[in-house]
Amino acid sequence: MAVRARRRHARRLGYDVLGVLAFAVMIFPVYWMIATAFKPGRDILSLTPRFLPSPATLVNFSDALARPYFWSSVRSSLIVVLSVVAISLALAFTAAVGVARFGFRGRRAFLVMILVVQMVPLTALVIPIYLLMDGVGLTDTLVSVIVTYLAFIVPFMVWTLRGFVANIPVELEEAAMIDGCTRAGAFVRILFPLCAPGLVATAIFAFIQAWNDYIIAYVLLRDPGHQTLTVWLASFTTNHGTDWGPLMAGATLTSVPVVAFFLMVQRHVTSGLTAGAVKG
Amino acid sequence: MCAVPTTEQATGSAAAVSGPRTGDLPRRSLRRLLSRRSAPYLLIGPALLVIAAVMAYPMGFLASLSLQDYGLRELLAHQGTWVGIANYARIAENPLFWQVVGRSVLFTGVTVALSLTLGTLLALLMERVSGPVRLMLSGGLIFVWATPVVVAIDVWQWMFDYEFGVVNWTLTHVHAGSFIHHNWFESPLEGFGIITALVVWGALPFLAITLYAGLMQVPRELVEAARVDGATAWKVFWQVTAPILRPIFVILLSLSTIWDFQVFNQVWIMLNTRPSSDYFLMGVYSYVEAFRVTQYGRGAAVSVVMVVILMGATFFYVRQMARTGELD
Repeated sequence: MAVRARRRHARRLGYDVLGVLAFAVMIFPVYWMIATAFKPGRDILSLTPRFLPSPATLVNFSDALARPYFWSSVRSSLIVVLSVVAISLALAFTAAVGVARFGFRGRRAFLVMILVVQMVPLTALVIPIYLLMDGVGLTDTLVSVIVTYLAFIVPFMVWTLRGFVANIPVELEEAAMIDGCTRAGAFVRILFPLCAPGLVATAIFAFIQAWNDYIIAYVLLRDPGHQTLTVWLASFTTNHGTDWGPLMAGATLTSVPVVAFFLMVQRHVTSGLTAGAVKG
Repeated sequence: MCAVPTTEQATGSAAAVSGPRTGDLPRRSLRRLLSRRSAPYLLIGPALLVIAAVMAYPMGFLASLSLQDYGLRELLAHQGTWVGIANYARIAENPLFWQVVGRSVLFTGVTVALSLTLGTLLALLMERVSGPVRLMLSGGLIFVWATPVVVAIDVWQWMFDYEFGVVNWTLTHVHAGSFIHHNWFESPLEGFGIITALVVWGALPFLAITLYAGLMQVPRELVEAARVDGATAWKVFWQVTAPILRPIFVILLSLSTIWDFQVFNQVWIMLNTRPSSDYFLMGVYSYVEAFRVTQYGRGAAVSVVMVVILMGATFFYVRQMARTGELD
């Protein structure tokens, strides 16, 4: 008995060691980015890498912020992302309610379309989207990027929100309507707040997609004054070599909002606001 | 707050709640009938409009573009000339095109196989480690997941830098050979090794966490019963766990195929927006034909071939979703 217990213990320990190793391999690039961002130049360009950023410095960050087009890129990214989040939420929530709360002719076709459209390779549509935007004179405007992101993000959001809406008992809305709400009022006062976790999750999804995209912004925004942060970050490398320190600082800064939001979703998605709502 | 309901609102909503009842609708004014019937269409309308304008329409435009001669002059005139299948004929007689197709298929196959295998192993590992290690591992995965692609590419570029990269130094110091000043992108094979590693690394968190969530749904009793009957861990996985996870595998396989077949950023940014033709994947090739050679028609033809190849993967995905009843 004791032998078996010890063997099980040894196996668990072996798995733990493997687990720590896997963690180390996966996280190393992220660590290396942050470590490099805080290192002074001579420690970055040294033939023997220094694994700890000591002495640490903030000079890479101030260098990155001082580079041309940093602040205009932040501004572009924020405008794009906030518009995409707001508009996509409105579009996706109404569509999700339509699909989850109504039966209608063409509903299944709409769902299949929502699903198929998510499979369309973005890379393949770059050419026609560029030519169409160019035709209506929208290239080099943020509107073109915002509209394109909407089309690529909304299908997934409808799909996800539809699940959230369907999980909320329709009796809650009916009760509100018996108490004197209109159907629209019930959507706004009952469904909308109860969907909060789903809305937050999909909003953050939209945020991350719009913030991270490169190819659309790269193709549609040729003027460096309009480019978004990812394009700014990718243009860091020139043929004359790369300033690794400021680049890693810029990369760290670009990741921060995404990581922060991502950690928030993890918490929100798991908490069910409606748990016990019908037990009352 | 809410007003006292009129009879119209009360009956209208009751009918809507109970779904479409087309047969027993009493005669009402046309306006109300319309508004009730059209409510769902009004709700999905705006989303549908955006998807149609920026996805469906460009899809059609892509197909028609691939049948046109559309170069710089046509770009300025916003008008191409019809040339039938000439673009397809041009790309088909170019050996480079077939190389690119083959390379893309191979790249996708290797990348998908590696990421699904490693993802499954990671998920199984997460199931077996102790609580704190699991927390650490999943936390690490979430950090990697959240890293923007462009950021990840820059970081990998830096790690594999030929002069000051940490990888060359480490490999040399563990006596894996002399990697001082080793340029990984000189040979496309090594270059693609790194691009594959980067794509797999980026895909692993989503795959591992999804599969781990799937593993949690496998009934414990089944696994334990198989163990009691003397099945090895290998057999338990293939005969108990894997069949239950099959639907998840099909979905992850389709999604990974779609994502990896259209890889663009990793090649483009990693090679400083000037990849040699040895590094072309279909997405890169189509981009270069359109935006560098300014032959938009030919680039569109490459894209169309890419979409057609991907349709197979889409088909299995949609069929799986339809089977699991997700469409009802």
